[in-house]
Amino acid sequence: MYAQMVKSTGERPKTLDEMAPDERAFQMRVDADIKIEPKEWMPEGYRKTLIRQISQHAHSEIVGQLPEGNWITRAPTLDRKAILIAKVQDEAGHGLYLYCAAETLGVSRDEMTEQLLAGKAKYSSIFNYPTLTWADIGAIGWLVDGAAIMNQVQLQKCSYGPYSRAMVRICKEESFHQRQGYDIMMKLCAGTAEQKAMAQDALDRWWHPSLMMFGPPDGDSVHSAQSMAWKIKPMSNDELRQKFVDQTVPQADYLGLKVPDPELKWNEARKGYDFGAIDWNEFHEVLKGNGPCNKERLEARQKAWDDGQWFRDGLMAHARKKNARKMAAE
Amino acid sequence: MTTAIKTDTALFDLALRMGDNALILAQRVGAWCGHAPALEEDIALANVALDLIGQAKMWLSLAGEIEGKGRSADDLAFLRDARQYRNALLVEQPNGDFAHTLMRQFLFDAWHHPMLVALKSSADKRVADIAGKAEKEARYHLERSEDLIIRLGDGTEESRQRMQTALGALYPFAGELSAADAVDADLAARKIAPDLGDIGKGCAAYLKGVFADATLNAPESAAVRKGGKQGLHSEHLGYILADMQFLQRAYPGATW
Repeated sequence: MYAQMVKSTGERPKTLDEMAPDERAFQMRVDADIKIEPKEWMPEGYRKTLIRQISQHAHSEIVGQLPEGNWITRAPTLDRKAILIAKVQDEAGHGLYLYCAAETLGVSRDEMTEQLLAGKAKYSSIFNYPTLTWADIGAIGWLVDGAAIMNQVQLQKCSYGPYSRAMVRICKEESFHQRQGYDIMMKLCAGTAEQKAMAQDALDRWWHPSLMMFGPPDGDSVHSAQSMAWKIKPMSNDELRQKFVDQTVPQADYLGLKVPDPELKWNEARKGYDFGAIDWNEFHEVLKGNGPCNKERLEARQKAWDDGQWFRDGLMAHARKKNARKMAAE
Repeated sequence: MTTAIKTDTALFDLALRMGDNALILAQRVGAWCGHAPALEEDIALANVALDLIGQAKMWLSLAGEIEGKGRSADDLAFLRDARQYRNALLVEQPNGDFAHTLMRQFLFDAWHHPMLVALKSSADKRVADIAGKAEKEARYHLERSEDLIIRLGDGTEESRQRMQTALGALYPFAGELSAADAVDADLAARKIAPDLGDIGKGCAAYLKGVFADATLNAPESAAVRKGGKQGLHSEHLGYILADMQFLQRAYPGATW
């Protein structure tokens, strides 16, 4: 997942009549659900918005390795350790496909990395929360990956071919992640009183941050209308959030856990759950860099980048030497 | 009437040594996830760690079976203290910079692969079966390690210097893997495991060739640092276990 508050042009979408011929032809392809491919003409705003969205998504996968990676050395059994490593590895792989998808729009992976480290490019707010207990690994798989799937399933239909295809592949792996997270929660909830309390505590801490993953309420977003017209954001934040709540509350019930929202109740008329207000102030603070782990996450990525400079340089230097020797021999 | 079955302690030790090497190295390598110098390295190191955990599980399950006291692979991994661990000192050495991690892996792989090839012909079918599965993975690990050692040794001046420093620090630990004790001699005599001296000779010749290609120099007369195979470890192992065993120790008897 994990693009939130992606800025688009900031203007209302144009009507077909207002568009220049190139743009009109482009919009008609989008409207007809024909995928846009890298070498085709596209409006500059479409290209820029997609770069922001895909790179934010890629950065989220990369930074997302950190909170879960935090428990690799402490996973409680050999199987849990292997599953967790495989999952964190998948996230690195997702980051790789997504950087490649963004590169088709004319930006390099190094440029995107520099934007992340300089604080110019965002990643999902959710990864700025700490993983304090083993139950957090279960809660992340269940809730965070659950929210991610909700968002990514619709993005499989996105108008941009490379992004849409990356989503198809990623969705398959994410559903495995969600199942493993829920499986951790089931084991904890069927375990000792201490384990069950650990599970409840994790749900209490991750519930609201998970709901915030979908971004601010629709009324607050000036950029959604254009992104929806371009079909790079097929569903609105509030629609996705509602779908997530409706899917997840029965899963919490099955576990015997209580969703930390006193206003949560089933609305028979709407066939959906009503839920209490979300603290958007917290969300904006986290995006500004004031979440519990923003500093640590970026520092970890900066350290990996800086400490790895000699390694990347060494490999490049060897490749140049090898080429030179080959040329000399020919 | 019950019959007391006598545990084959040498075979038990072999399974622990192989399993503990894989487990402790996986524990070290797994800690890089999300922190490696390139995304491709995050992915590759996770692969190596996953292979090693799978191997650890097979060896420790076999160890539990040989021992015959009903201990599972998880029991052996999470409920033994440092003195009962049988891994070589090399694999418990800290990650250090990425050069140390790569060099530690290479020195291990250079022994691990031929050892597993030899174990495929073990007189004990269970050992031969595990070696057959693990050998393919270890061959890939060795190819990857060798490639990186050569490229970084013969890369920039800084990369060469870092690889050379790592080699100087870790080479003294490599000899333990091929240093035979009474357990190894017993297993070799029964054709359960190879003569470690032979493995060591092949390994030394191979290392010499790769280091030449990598423009690196192995220390001429480094004293061999050993003891882990008999349970006498460095101070690092206690911390590795404290981390790894935390949940099992803090919540005794819980299932996860």
